[in-house]
Amino acid sequence: MLLFVGKRLFQSLFVLFGLSLLIFFIARVMPGDPARAALGFLANEEQVERLRDEMHLNDPFPVQYYHWLHDMIHGDLGESSYTRRPVTADLVQYLPATFELILFATLISAIVGQVTGVLAGYFRDSWFDGLSRVISYLGIAMPSFVVAIFLLFVFSQILRLAPGVGRLPILMSPPPRITGFMTIDGLLSGQPGVALTALKHMVLPAISLALIHIAQEGRITRTSIVENMQKDYITIHKVHGIRTSKIVFKYLLKPSIIPTVTVMGLDFAFLMSNAFLVEMVYMWPGFSRYAVTAMLNKDLNAIVAVVLVIGLTFAVVNLLVDIVIMGLDPTARLRRGGG
Amino acid sequence: MQWEERRAELKLMLAQRRRGLAKGWYKYSRNPLAVVGLVVLCIIVLAAVLAPYITPYPEHAKPYTNFSAGSLPPSSTYWFGTDRVGRDIFSRVIHGYRFSLTIGIVVLGLGVAPGVILGLVAGYHQGKWIETVIMRITDVFLAVPPLVLALAITAMLTPNLMNQMMAIALVWWPWYARLVFALASSLRSEYFVREAELTGASKLHIMFKEILPNCFAPVMTKMTLDMGIVILVGATLSFIGLGVQPPKPGLGTMVAEGAKRLPGEWWGTIFPALAIVIVILAFNLVGDGLRDVFSVEEV
Repeated sequence: MLLFVGKRLFQSLFVLFGLSLLIFFIARVMPGDPARAALGFLANEEQVERLRDEMHLNDPFPVQYYHWLHDMIHGDLGESSYTRRPVTADLVQYLPATFELILFATLISAIVGQVTGVLAGYFRDSWFDGLSRVISYLGIAMPSFVVAIFLLFVFSQILRLAPGVGRLPILMSPPPRITGFMTIDGLLSGQPGVALTALKHMVLPAISLALIHIAQEGRITRTSIVENMQKDYITIHKVHGIRTSKIVFKYLLKPSIIPTVTVMGLDFAFLMSNAFLVEMVYMWPGFSRYAVTAMLNKDLNAIVAVVLVIGLTFAVVNLLVDIVIMGLDPTARLRRGGG
Repeated sequence: MQWEERRAELKLMLAQRRRGLAKGWYKYSRNPLAVVGLVVLCIIVLAAVLAPYITPYPEHAKPYTNFSAGSLPPSSTYWFGTDRVGRDIFSRVIHGYRFSLTIGIVVLGLGVAPGVILGLVAGYHQGKWIETVIMRITDVFLAVPPLVLALAITAMLTPNLMNQMMAIALVWWPWYARLVFALASSLRSEYFVREAELTGASKLHIMFKEILPNCFAPVMTKMTLDMGIVILVGATLSFIGLGVQPPKPGLGTMVAEGAKRLPGEWWGTIFPALAIVIVILAFNLVGDGLRDVFSVEEV
């Protein structure tokens, strides 16, 4: 087990190293002068030249990469040319908002996906199965920004059932920052009203993010249920008169958990990329909107950091998924030789 | 005499091929959704190709203003209404399809071939250093979602159609490398490959003449499904502002411009958004149909 985790950690480190090399290489070979971009067109030639020296831009590429890697390992990702602050400070500020949103979306997609999958599989070829099929096709074909705009338009602007953009109304003061998750901070600081409002603001963006994953997880669970329904052991249970609810939850749902966990892990990373769009539409002050701003402003240090953070999240989540699956599935333990 | 035999043989082969196609089409046509998808797709492609001749106001796809006809709701003159500066949204949506389809075709055209070749080489040389090199590089590209990498690369270039396509192609090949790698590494231990090796066939022959034809069906299916996804990524890039630049009518660009004027002028957003959904849905339906015909399990 430890051996397996160690091996996976090493692999992830290798991939992240490669990723940093790739993205750094692209950032440096692109035409354009990062120093000039950072200082703006008003700076004179001398100032630009000084900054070029400071940023090691006059050195050959491997030396530049060495300096960057050295700084990064010491927690310095450089300064953002757009916010004029250290990139690390920006990340600390913006990441919690996005993680809060994504965790909420993952939770929704897991619960709703499982429930619809079980119902569609158990009542196969019923109207519900047909409906869930149509929705899953739509979920796959609708870009998340289209879903986001559509939900905002219908539920917030027309029906006025949900609050609009942002994490909180402008007039409400946010809770003191403890974890950065507004719902939790609100509860911790004894302001349940604020927590509830923050939760309400999360519903629409989280559903926009979750829709495609609800569709996918629902389909996977359905396939697994349909497949297992025909197995002999289910028939035996039925003959023995075991309650339907027990058959479904104990014997049918269990085998479908493993593929679902795998897909959830993949989903988490894809949620981070879809959050780029959803945060833009909902003006969510999170990491993804920071990333989009950085990209639109050619903020090189921030772009490199953003890609690495997403790569790191992806690697960590995948590792966790593998460990969880080893816990759940004895055959996976044997296959990987973890013992 | 010899000619007669040859001709008979050819005839037989053609008949077989025709039968195979007929059988495939029969299987495909059993899936009504796939047929609907195909019909919709044909209409879209035709409309996009003929856009300058069939749209009511082809000049509206270019820089054009007519403020007196600005922000009109859908009517019989302007089917999808007009935008703020008075351009016909229907004409612009049909022209937008030209960009979307171009992105899909060019990205897959650039990305699939290198991916397939690298996957093939790595799969056939499984366990050798060349496999390690190719697959570890592939892993690096697969370490972040393609959208993020494509966005980052486009951001560092100048945002326009050409760079957008190059960036997407650059992040797309690894998925084909991985698919073909999996296929090739399982095929290399099949008897027909062993036999070719024993008769002394060259490596190139084995890879491209023996193994590659057997990868055709899954790659074909994945390409159809991917057309939809590439179009989606393309629309996403233009939505963010890193793709087709206004005043050119990119579908994503139009959605972004229209979204600023919600909820009053809903037609400026809803119609381009629907256009995106329909084309992606059509490619997905056709891809699912092909998956059934080829009985490909997973791509």
